[in-house]
Amino acid sequence: MFEEPFAGGDSFIHRIDPRHRIVGAGAFSFSVALSDRFSSLIIALVISLILAMAARLNPGTLFRRLSVVFGFLMLLWMVLPLTVDGPVLTRMGPVAFTRPGVVLAARMTLKVLAILVMFTTLVATMPLTTLGHALHRLMVSKKIVYLILMTYRYIHLLENEYQRTIRALRMRGFNPRTNLHTYKTYAYVIGMIFVKSVARAERIEWAMRCRGFDGRFHDLAVFPSLNASWRFSGAMGLIIIVIAMLEWSPPLW
Amino acid sequence: MEKMTEPIIQLDNITFAFPGNTAVLDGLNLSFHPGDRAGLIAPNGSGKTTLFHLIMGLIKPSAGTIRIFNRTVREEKDFITVRQRIGLLFQDSDDQLFSPTVLEDVAFGPLNLGKSKKEAIAIAEATLASLNLGDFRDRITFKLSGGEKRLVALATIMAMQPEMLLLDEPTTGLDSGTQQQIVDILTGLDISYIMISHNMDFLARLTTTIYTMENGKIHVDETAQLHPHYHLHQHGTYPHQHKH
Repeated sequence: MFEEPFAGGDSFIHRIDPRHRIVGAGAFSFSVALSDRFSSLIIALVISLILAMAARLNPGTLFRRLSVVFGFLMLLWMVLPLTVDGPVLTRMGPVAFTRPGVVLAARMTLKVLAILVMFTTLVATMPLTTLGHALHRLMVSKKIVYLILMTYRYIHLLENEYQRTIRALRMRGFNPRTNLHTYKTYAYVIGMIFVKSVARAERIEWAMRCRGFDGRFHDLAVFPSLNASWRFSGAMGLIIIVIAMLEWSPPLW
Repeated sequence: MEKMTEPIIQLDNITFAFPGNTAVLDGLNLSFHPGDRAGLIAPNGSGKTTLFHLIMGLIKPSAGTIRIFNRTVREEKDFITVRQRIGLLFQDSDDQLFSPTVLEDVAFGPLNLGKSKKEAIAIAEATLASLNLGDFRDRITFKLSGGEKRLVALATIMAMQPEMLLLDEPTTGLDSGTQQQIVDILTGLDISYIMISHNMDFLARLTTTIYTMENGKIHVDETAQLHPHYHLHQHGTYPHQHKH
C-alpha cells in the first residue's frame, strides 16, 4: 500500500539532513504557490526537474507518481478555458476557449508539477519514519508526528484485514455488481474494518501502557550535522530568491 | 501447598463481566508466589486473557480485591509500578510492536522508565543480544515474520527487566523452530511466570503447576501436575536439539 520507491537511493540529495530537505521543499512550495509569472514558474519547474535528475529518480516511476495528478489537471484544462470570462482565444463550433482560462490552467499545471516534483525529490526520498522524526525535530506537534508514524505502522494491518475479508467474500462466490446486495456487503466490510480498528487501537494503547507509556514520546533518531546540508539550504534559499525576483522585478519581455 | 514467601499476586473473590454478558470471572481466587511457573489451560472464552488484563490494571473488576507485591491495587496510578515489575506478552504481537524499528520498540519501555537515550539504547541492544536477536536492531517491525515479531515482542518486555511475566499464548501460530527458541529462552530465564497455552507439551516442559478455569474460577489441575516429569526428562536428554 505504502511503497517508498525513492527512499532507498544513494544520491547526494539522499544524504542531506532530512530537516533541511523538508524545510527546503516547504519554502520552495510557498514561493511557487505565490508566484504568478510564467518566467518564475517555468524556472521553478526546471529546477525541480534538475534536482529530480540529481536525486537519480527513476523517470518512469516518477511519471507514474505524477500521473495521479494528471486527472486533476485534465479536469482543469477541460473546465477553465470554457468557464473563465475574457477575450476568446479560439472557437470550436459553438464552444469558445477564453485566453484567461487557458493561461490560468497553464499556470496551475506548472505550479502543481513544480511543487510535486520538488516534494518527490526532497521528501519522498526519505523513509516515512525518518520524515516523522525529522518533523518532530522541526517542532511539529508530537501528536501529528505520532499520528503519521502510527498510521504508517498500522495501515498495512488494515489493508491485510481488508484483503483477507475480500478474499473470504470471493471464496463464497461474491461478485460485485451494481445492486443493493453489493453495496450492503461493502458497507459491512468497511464497518467491520472500523470496528476491528477500534479494538486494535485499544489493544495497542494497552500494550503501550503496560510498558510504562504516560503520554510522552521519546525518540531515538540522530541526525548528523553536515556542511553539505547547510550548503544545500543556502542553495535552496538562493533559488527561492531568484523565483521571487523574477516574480517581482519589472517584466523582461 | 503452603508457601513461606509472600505471594506476588493475590486475587480474592474477583468478579468481572463484559457489559451485557454474564460474569466471565466469578469469585476467582489465585495466589501466585515468587518462583512459580504456572500454566493456564482452559477453553476459549473462559476468561484467561481477561484475567491477565485485570492483573495489569487494563480493566477493572466489578468485585473483589487485587493485591500485587503486597499492595492492594485499585486505581490507574497503583498499577503503574505493577506494570514496571510484571511484563505482559500480548496474544497478537502486532498489538505490541508499534515503533518503526525494532530498536526503537525495545527501547520504548526503558525510555518510559526514565532512562536516558544512551542507557535505553544500551539496554535494548543488550536485551536483543541476550535473546539472540542482535541482527534485528534496525529491522522494520511490520516487515518481520510472525515468529520474529513474537521474539521481538518478548524482547520489548524483557527490556523492562520485569520480575514476573504473563504470557498470553506465547507459541500460538509459531513454527516448531520458533517455539523451541521460546522454550530455550524461558528455561534460561530466572523469572516467575504464568502462561496461557493450549499446547500441553509446551506447558509440561516449562511449568511446574497447571491451572484450569471453570465457571469463572481457577482450579489447580492435580492430574496435570503429576505428569510433567516425562516431558521434562525428554527436554533434559536433548537440551539443545534444534535445527540451526
